[in-house]
Amino acid sequence: MVSYFKEILTGFASLLGGMAVTIRYFFKPIVTVQYPREKIIMTPRFRGHTQFILDPETGTHRCIACELCVRTCPSQLITMKGVKLDTKKKVPWMYVIEYQYCSLCGLCIEVCPTTSLEWSDEYRLAGFTREDSVFDIFARLQNQQRLAGLPVTPVPEHPAEGEAEPEGEVQA
Amino acid sequence: MECLTHPAGVSVLGMLAGIIGVIALVAVNALFLIWMERKVSAHMQLRPGPMEVGWHGAIQTVADALKLMGKELITPRDVDRPVYLAAPIVVFLPVLLTFLVIPFSQTLIIRDMNVGILLILAFAALTVLAILMAGWASNNKYSVLGAIRSVAQNIAYEIPLLITLMSIILMVGSFSLVDIVAAQKTYWFVLVQPLAFILYLTCATAETNRAPFDLPEAESELVAGFHTEYSGMRFALFFLAEYTNMFIVAAIATVFFLGGWHGPFLPGIAWFFIKVYFVIFMIMWFRWTFPRVRFDQLITFAWKILIPLAFANLIITAFIMKLR
Repeated sequence: MVSYFKEILTGFASLLGGMAVTIRYFFKPIVTVQYPREKIIMTPRFRGHTQFILDPETGTHRCIACELCVRTCPSQLITMKGVKLDTKKKVPWMYVIEYQYCSLCGLCIEVCPTTSLEWSDEYRLAGFTREDSVFDIFARLQNQQRLAGLPVTPVPEHPAEGEAEPEGEVQA
Repeated sequence: MECLTHPAGVSVLGMLAGIIGVIALVAVNALFLIWMERKVSAHMQLRPGPMEVGWHGAIQTVADALKLMGKELITPRDVDRPVYLAAPIVVFLPVLLTFLVIPFSQTLIIRDMNVGILLILAFAALTVLAILMAGWASNNKYSVLGAIRSVAQNIAYEIPLLITLMSIILMVGSFSLVDIVAAQKTYWFVLVQPLAFILYLTCATAETNRAPFDLPEAESELVAGFHTEYSGMRFALFFLAEYTNMFIVAAIATVFFLGGWHGPFLPGIAWFFIKVYFVIFMIMWFRWTFPRVRFDQLITFAWKILIPLAFANLIITAFIMKLR
């Protein structure tokens, strides 16, 4: 008889304990992020697509259009075209990655002699067409500059978009 | 039964207003409760729940109801047609009738009958019949298993439910819900009958076939139980009846234990609804805390724990009432 009541009381206490847990969770803040409407801050080591580092000294990118990243990319997804401003200095006027092929190996970032590339924290990359995952890094840099209130680097004067001409120049 | 044989205070207009009011309450209550259930369950799991349609998903259930109305009513070939078609109506009508005697406030009650609680319990027992009809007529083994479980469970849990309510009725000396609420002017009966309140809540959870006693529709083993073969608005009627039953058992708990319309500052009807939805919140809280019990545990729990405790409570109450 004593064990009967003891069992009921211990069982009842355990039920109350369970209810205490759920009510505590009921008043905790929710953890869901309303995906398209809210943005979370990614961790510093998150790997999105690559982007130009905005140099705090010059307020622009550090790319010298050496094309090492283009050559090292195992998926060959970087399209970069450079133009000589004067005899010495060369700058890119077009830097496009086809992100759908990217395996996030990071070789382009490692190989860059001027460390002009970094991982972005962009994770909202869903799109409806294949073209939605082709990113213009140069345009992105201009956007970053606009957001930071810096003077926007203009696209350098470049030869007309022919097929043979720029490549011939690089190979020469 | 005087009020049934001498319907002197009944006017046609009053009856019409009552019917419209009850149907509106049933519909709005079900829409609200489904939304509340989803919100409560979501917040207990650190989710926000429905957020897209309306303010915090408030009219999500309206959209769902509209979708259900547009669905095709499928009648499987081998069902027992008349019984199959009658079951959703049979489950819904007694639910509507029980609103007849619930006192929403001092003055807002359709009929104050001296058999009040007996009428509610008698009609609530008809729900079991409807579930059995639905399960049997569906010609589906899952449905009939769910129906059998439901009948066994509801009969087992109706006994302690009646006995616990009987201890309150002994204290008041009346079956009328208005008298029972009026007797709680100074203190609520939950203070003097805490055991009865706990027993009642347990039995009410089982009576409405809700977790942890939701074996009749245990989705992991029985598909959906007795309403597996129902679609569209027929399914919606079962759903509506289930949520309205929740409202009714919560209303009885409010009337018997939580002092009905009594409360400071706010008008009586506001207090009534606050208490009813608090009790419903408790029942939802049970659902999202406790895992489903096994069938033998369910029956053992009713016969070995609830019924002896309810009897003990009744006897002690009777003694105290006699000695006073």
